[in-house]
Amino acid sequence: MLDIQGLRAKAGDNEILRGIDLHVGAGEVHAIMGPNGSGKSTLAHVLAGRENYEVTGGQVTYQGQDLLALSPEVRAREGIFLAFQYPVEIPGVSTTYFLKAALNAVRKHRGLEELDAMEFLALIKEKMKLVEMDQALLNRPLNEGFSGGEKKRNEILQMAVLDPKLALLDETDSGLDIDALRVVAGGVNALRGKDRAMIVITHYQRLLDYIVPDFVHVLFDGRIVKSGTKDLAFELERKGYDWVKSEAATVH
Amino acid sequence: MSVSENTGRYLSTFKDWQSNAQADDPSWIKELRQSGIASFASLGFPTTKNEDWKYTNVEPVVSRPFGLANGEVRSLAAANVLSNAFVEVSAPRLVFLNGVYSPALSSIGDLPNGVRFTALSELLKSSDAAPLSQMGRHANHRRNAFVALNTAFMAEGAVVMIPAGCRWPQPIYLVYASGANERPVMSHPRTLIMLGAGSEVSIVESYVSVSGGMYFSNAVTELIGEPDASAHHYRLQREGADAFHMGTLAASLGRGCHLTAHAITLSGALVRNDVHVSLDGEGAECVLNGLYLGADKQHIDNSTEIEHAKPRARSLELYKGILDGASHGVFNGKIIVHKDAQKSDARQTNKNLLLSGDAVVNTKPQLEIYADDVKCSHGSTIGQLDPDALFYLRSRGLGPDEARSLLSFAFASDIIGRIKVNALRQRLDDYLAAKFRDN
Repeated sequence: MLDIQGLRAKAGDNEILRGIDLHVGAGEVHAIMGPNGSGKSTLAHVLAGRENYEVTGGQVTYQGQDLLALSPEVRAREGIFLAFQYPVEIPGVSTTYFLKAALNAVRKHRGLEELDAMEFLALIKEKMKLVEMDQALLNRPLNEGFSGGEKKRNEILQMAVLDPKLALLDETDSGLDIDALRVVAGGVNALRGKDRAMIVITHYQRLLDYIVPDFVHVLFDGRIVKSGTKDLAFELERKGYDWVKSEAATVH
Repeated sequence: MSVSENTGRYLSTFKDWQSNAQADDPSWIKELRQSGIASFASLGFPTTKNEDWKYTNVEPVVSRPFGLANGEVRSLAAANVLSNAFVEVSAPRLVFLNGVYSPALSSIGDLPNGVRFTALSELLKSSDAAPLSQMGRHANHRRNAFVALNTAFMAEGAVVMIPAGCRWPQPIYLVYASGANERPVMSHPRTLIMLGAGSEVSIVESYVSVSGGMYFSNAVTELIGEPDASAHHYRLQREGADAFHMGTLAASLGRGCHLTAHAITLSGALVRNDVHVSLDGEGAECVLNGLYLGADKQHIDNSTEIEHAKPRARSLELYKGILDGASHGVFNGKIIVHKDAQKSDARQTNKNLLLSGDAVVNTKPQLEIYADDVKCSHGSTIGQLDPDALFYLRSRGLGPDEARSLLSFAFASDIIGRIKVNALRQRLDDYLAAKFRDN
């Protein structure tokens, strides 16, 4: 589904990704862990098409297409979804209006009929159960004044509605208490399936107790320095990141 | 052509008009017109050397030979007037076409006891009518040449009087529709709104083009609120692409009186809105909300002046502008707190969104504070659409144009959302959603 080869990217003069190689197959859940500043969020944003980053090398193939040649909206319509670490507050645009516009843009691209207001409402009500979200939030301006937990639930709700093939979850656990984390993770797990791949970015092993990955990768200094199964996450939790840092230093 | 030649042309237009018509009008209005034309003759048109007109050059307006438009009413395609003016069909309304009252398009309905809601021309015709002593006392023709011209040519407009204690819940509409065919035409609509003590009213003034063309609306509205009255005033401009609009709202608010005034400019080649609110009674309050949308080479100037004349008055002002193309927006916000107006509370905000590199905004707050125990704040911003918000929307599948239009709409809907007349808010919401979608 996703094949990343030698991906390099910089923000301004600062090279952040320094040669990423990663292969993600359909149905797989990959966790990307790493210390702060290692490039985890940058990787997610580059894959989603953020223009602040300049790709300086490498290739990304997504479902046989050159992903890097696509605009952010086309990537979204082709099934890539980024759940933001910091969802943007947009005063004046209701969550419902926004989600309906987004869903219909995606459906149109996929050759599906656009949903009318009634059909959309039925769909969203069903999806809201996944994340136990209060329906009152739908009529409020997008993310404005939402608590941290409400924002993250809203991200997962959007993911459920837009039905992506590849979901990128950027630090979805940050700012969540344990109850909210359980709900959000439950929503994510319900969306796992053989046709959907996920890349879960997190600093802490905690999230991976709830969203159990098939593979774990450690990102350090813009490169993946170690890959393994979910046991690697436990090892990291026990030994800390210094262990991979020193290992990485001897390899490179 | 020099400004003095332009002034001369208006003086001679006045002379012809005065000798040909209005001979039967009551003497009080004739005297008022004479004061108006005398003020105009001594003021002349303002230039950009005048601080109040620093960013707005009136030459394109005043150099054109506009004639009074009375004769050309019938040729206007009036069918769409009401819907263009965002009018609720069931609402009481007075409609004017090129400055002439149209009974056919108007609908007064049943008025609450003691309410006066009539065209100025009708009122002047009735022999028993007392002089409108408040007319001309609040919009200062000695200070503003366009107010002076309106005063000189005042013959038509609306008079709204709400007796003490009367709360009229239904919004009423004043529609000033204009259009020109071959020759450039002008009108000088005049509105007088008087609220008795403890009364309440919602008034929508809608200035709208019916068939485009080059015309000039020069409007003046005076609003007087007695103690504890409550007024909701909406001024909408949907003038033609080649049209000019100069408008003044002059309000005087008594003790505990509340005014919410909206100024919403959707179109017009050159639009200037003057708002002058005098908080003349203790604890009076005004809320001024403004929205202006510029595109192409439009020029939109909002100049507001709020005078805190008595203690414990509040003013709250929020004007927002969205400027696209090579349009030019101006915001001039003056707040004057007089010496005795202790415990005044004045807040002013102006926010501008520039959608194009060629659009320009001049924003100028001016505070003159002569009292020592006051709360005054002002702030202005000029910015582009938030790139983080744009990316967020695009990452969900919205195209860049759709994302931009949604964010522009959101910026404007902050003001539209403050409109208390539901039908009007909904109509403007739909209008703006469509406008930004089609951009």
